[in-house]
Amino acid sequence: MTLPLADLLTILPELLIVGAACLLLVLDPVMPPAKKSLLAWMSLGTLVLCFFISASSMNDRVFAFSDLVVVDPYASFWKLLLYLVSALTILLSMTYLKEERIDLAEYYGFILLSLVGMMVMVSAADLLTIYLGIELMSISLYIMVGFKRFEGKSIEASAKYFILGAFSSGILLYGISLLYGIGGSTRLSEISAVVTSRGGDDPLVLIALMLVIVGFGFKVAAVPFHMWTPDVYHGAPTSVTAFMAVASKAASFGALLRVLLEGFGGVKPNWNGIIFAMCLVTLGFGNLVAIVQTNIKRMLAYSSIAHAGYALIGLVVAGQAGAESAVASQGVSSIMLYLAIYSFMTVGAFAIVAIVRRSGVEGEELEDFTGLAKRHKGAAFLMMVFMVSLAGIPPTAGFIGKFYLFMAAVNAGLTWLAVIGLIFAAVSAFYYLRVVMVMYMREPSASQESETRLALTPATAIVLACAIAGVVFLGLYPAPLVSVTQSAVLPF
Amino acid sequence: MMELLVILIPVFPLVAVLLNGLLGHRYSHDLAGRIAFGAVGLSFVCALMVFGHMLTTGAAYEVIAYSWIFGGELMVNLGFLIDPLTTIMLLVVTGVGFLIHVYSVGYMHGEEGFTRFFTYMNLFMVSMLLLVMGNNYLVLFIGWEGVGLCSYLLIGYYFDKVSAAKAASKAFVVNRIGDAGFLMAIFLVFANFQTLDYTKVFEQVGQLSTGTATAIALCLLVGAVGKSAQIPLYTWLPDAMEGPTPVSALIHAATMVTAGVYMVVRNHAIFDMAPMALTTVGWIGGITALFAASIGLVQNDIKRVLAYSTVSQLGYMFLACGIGAYTAAIFHLMTHAFFKALLFLSAGAVIHSLGGEQDIRKMGGLHSKIPMTYKVFLVGTLAIAGIPPLAGFWSKDEIMAHAFIHAHYGLYLLAAIGAFLTAFYMFRLTYVTFYGQSRMDPDVEHHVHESPGIMMKPLLVLAGLSVVGGFVGFPPEHGWFHGYLAKVATPVGALPHVVSLSLLLGLMSVAIAIALGGWGLAHYLYAVRPQAADDLATRVPGIYATLLNKYYVDEGYDRIIVEPCKRLGLIWDWLDRQIIDRCVRGIGHMTDVSACWITWTEKHVVYAGLNVIGYGNHLIAWSWRKLQTGMVHHYAAVIVVGFFLLVHVLLLWLTGASIL
Repeated sequence: MTLPLADLLTILPELLIVGAACLLLVLDPVMPPAKKSLLAWMSLGTLVLCFFISASSMNDRVFAFSDLVVVDPYASFWKLLLYLVSALTILLSMTYLKEERIDLAEYYGFILLSLVGMMVMVSAADLLTIYLGIELMSISLYIMVGFKRFEGKSIEASAKYFILGAFSSGILLYGISLLYGIGGSTRLSEISAVVTSRGGDDPLVLIALMLVIVGFGFKVAAVPFHMWTPDVYHGAPTSVTAFMAVASKAASFGALLRVLLEGFGGVKPNWNGIIFAMCLVTLGFGNLVAIVQTNIKRMLAYSSIAHAGYALIGLVVAGQAGAESAVASQGVSSIMLYLAIYSFMTVGAFAIVAIVRRSGVEGEELEDFTGLAKRHKGAAFLMMVFMVSLAGIPPTAGFIGKFYLFMAAVNAGLTWLAVIGLIFAAVSAFYYLRVVMVMYMREPSASQESETRLALTPATAIVLACAIAGVVFLGLYPAPLVSVTQSAVLPF
Repeated sequence: MMELLVILIPVFPLVAVLLNGLLGHRYSHDLAGRIAFGAVGLSFVCALMVFGHMLTTGAAYEVIAYSWIFGGELMVNLGFLIDPLTTIMLLVVTGVGFLIHVYSVGYMHGEEGFTRFFTYMNLFMVSMLLLVMGNNYLVLFIGWEGVGLCSYLLIGYYFDKVSAAKAASKAFVVNRIGDAGFLMAIFLVFANFQTLDYTKVFEQVGQLSTGTATAIALCLLVGAVGKSAQIPLYTWLPDAMEGPTPVSALIHAATMVTAGVYMVVRNHAIFDMAPMALTTVGWIGGITALFAASIGLVQNDIKRVLAYSTVSQLGYMFLACGIGAYTAAIFHLMTHAFFKALLFLSAGAVIHSLGGEQDIRKMGGLHSKIPMTYKVFLVGTLAIAGIPPLAGFWSKDEIMAHAFIHAHYGLYLLAAIGAFLTAFYMFRLTYVTFYGQSRMDPDVEHHVHESPGIMMKPLLVLAGLSVVGGFVGFPPEHGWFHGYLAKVATPVGALPHVVSLSLLLGLMSVAIAIALGGWGLAHYLYAVRPQAADDLATRVPGIYATLLNKYYVDEGYDRIIVEPCKRLGLIWDWLDRQIIDRCVRGIGHMTDVSACWITWTEKHVVYAGLNVIGYGNHLIAWSWRKLQTGMVHHYAAVIVVGFFLLVHVLLLWLTGASIL
């Protein structure tokens, strides 16, 4: 078997990034320590290059490797988002890793490898290929979570993530194998045909469907498969947490949407109820538990669970049986918009957490933010904007994201779902504003007053600038992004 | 030209926000203050010109600043709608806003966060202007959330006070619940009309079914109830008094809290389609008017009395909306802005001269010490109590008369009792604060002084407006004000009605009698026989305690909603931590167990086998000793072969095939 050049060209970005990752690992030992940041810049350069490649082929729709891989606008949209998030993570890590004294170049290699996994996930048209992508992403993440290897918390998080991740992968794989058993193929298109012809009441189809949903439920951190999230987000290095909370969630949603809508599009009624229920408990659980958190990373972990719940609203809309295709694609595009906006505000929030540090102690507890407005006006202000945006208050981007999601729900006749979403969005204001309150309305203690160092470097400044620009610009002028998401939805 | 003026109205305060927010630390407080009130003053001038233009032409028009959201079928502009209703709101917001800004320069003098304060205040003005000027629901909503955020920041201005921070949070979260309803209404509007522009929506409003109209109207009402502090979402407003007094005057009396009333009037076309929703509006308003007034009877904090009074007066406005008297609602909104801003600011002047004291039990006898403040406060009291010919009389009388004439006798009764209580608690406040023996601490009393000119001048202007502001609505129902708003605030399908003059005069006399009755009772209890009030309180301790504790509503909400939510969160949090740990530990334990088992197997099966083999080996070695070159290699090979054999046997056994 030969690999045709056309196929290779289709996955050029993936190849480039794998190449860069390998190069990084090779160069790492021979680089003098002082010049190690060059490796980070090299990865950034690769990402920029790939960004342009993917952006230029944004409107193409190409299948490659006998339909294992598809590069369509939908995949390209997610890839562009993933490049951006990875680039921001790398920039954030450059400072953070030095602060944590875990400045190892293989870290960047793992980010790139994980990114490739995510890219494979969103542009695979075949279940096994998706699985391959998931594993590549997850295995890199297991290692990155445990990167603070001299800290018990980090190791523990890594072990937990690994065990549960492997468990969930197993479940997903079991589902895939059942589908292969009944369909004789792992291609989504062929699975779709088989599933449609056998109908949703076929027990094998149902079991396979459950297993697939459970497997993806773990990856997007939807309740009740969310339990790894708080511990892992808490224990992982903050830059890795940001990467997981944003990139891995986005990629998992990208793959989940494709699997459910393309593979199981014929049996929508059979999964829509499950997604609906998952959406409700995720919203309720994520928001209510976030209220009682005192650690800001744990709070953001629950908030990320809650945001998965909001995004699931869009999936419920898209999975409405008998919905017009316009309504269904509105559901999908609103998820894409939501997760894109969510990326900016979440990366921004984690970036602030990463730079607020007190002499080697991470600024992770809510108390560490006490009186931040007095000590670091700018950082406090940015954090306030991110929190306000996460709570969905206009004119920030967070409002636009929620607006489109709930609008899609109302248009699809899911008024009650929108009402519930709105109520929980109101509840969420409570815990997001508590951060603002702590920063602005409490006096810093004497010890906090004396430790005024912020881990602010040009690299982190770029991250914050990008995040705030995204949050403000997309709030004031969301039209371009909206039209991109609307033109990049899955074909119905 | 007009378009530019319209756009400039919110731009001036926005520029001030940017200047003071970004560069404020570089220049003096003095300049920051000037920039802040200057900007609002310029907005006021623009608003006046826009108003003048509207007077001459009378035609509504729209100004589009830029296309904000467009994608698919949704198209929203950042646009402004200028019609008579907007111009009235503009004048109230910028006019009263300007006076309060000027006052604040004096009031906040020397405060540490002076520039921050004015940045927030101007940001509030921008949001409030967007709210009243927007030509579509989304701009209204942006303003709506913006004022909420500024209110949050300003209530929590004294951040070293824990109670202030809590109050700020409470105000915001309670408002968010209302906002959820409002946003829902917006979605429903879009789902039904495919547009969010007022003009387009109101053109097609006739095609709504009653059910849909009711749903939209009720959702809007939830939003209005939150913002305008009506039952059941009023609890945040009294707590919001933790903010500086000018904030209470501007946001929590004159402008922001009236946004709900404005919104209902703006959407009256939808409410008119939904009689059930309209009735709800009326009853919520009526009950709130009476309920809040009754709490106001016994409060001892000067600002809290005024806060409950605000809730109660907003109730009157809602009542007016509920009976279709939209013009009267806006009329009362305007006069209330005058006299309530006056009352808050003069209360602020009292607090200022007493060095921060707010408890009226520690005041008394102030009328001779700060006569100017006393006089303007008295004007405000007379106006709110409904003593003619001051502003409050005309607007309140109109609401009550409308209720009576249109046969809403239940609501009329609520309003009438409420009016009596209003007159009573306001004169109680006046008597306790300004008359009787001084109950001040000696060193406080020593320092009592009249407030500086920059604070007194706005008070005098507001006092003047409180006196004459009502004449724009004279004669009742046919004044200039009614003609001006006729196009935008006349209920759909309202029939012209003729009311006899004698009925009108009769209702008016009843209203005057009620107000005088309240005054008289207060005079008797707090001026003639000061002991009587305490006697009354001790004679009915249950009622007194209930009122003093605000009917225990806050406690109830805490117990029924807040605490269970928190507890649920804690339980789930605990579960999360437990389950995940148990799970991982369980897996670890499993490995332990299996490890034990494997060790046992190794010991008893594998090694036994190996021993046998080794023994055999030994035998062989004994015979072929020369071949024995490296025992270790042999062992390794044997282990590998043994392992494969074992696995092979296991597999065969598991699959049920025979061993051979």
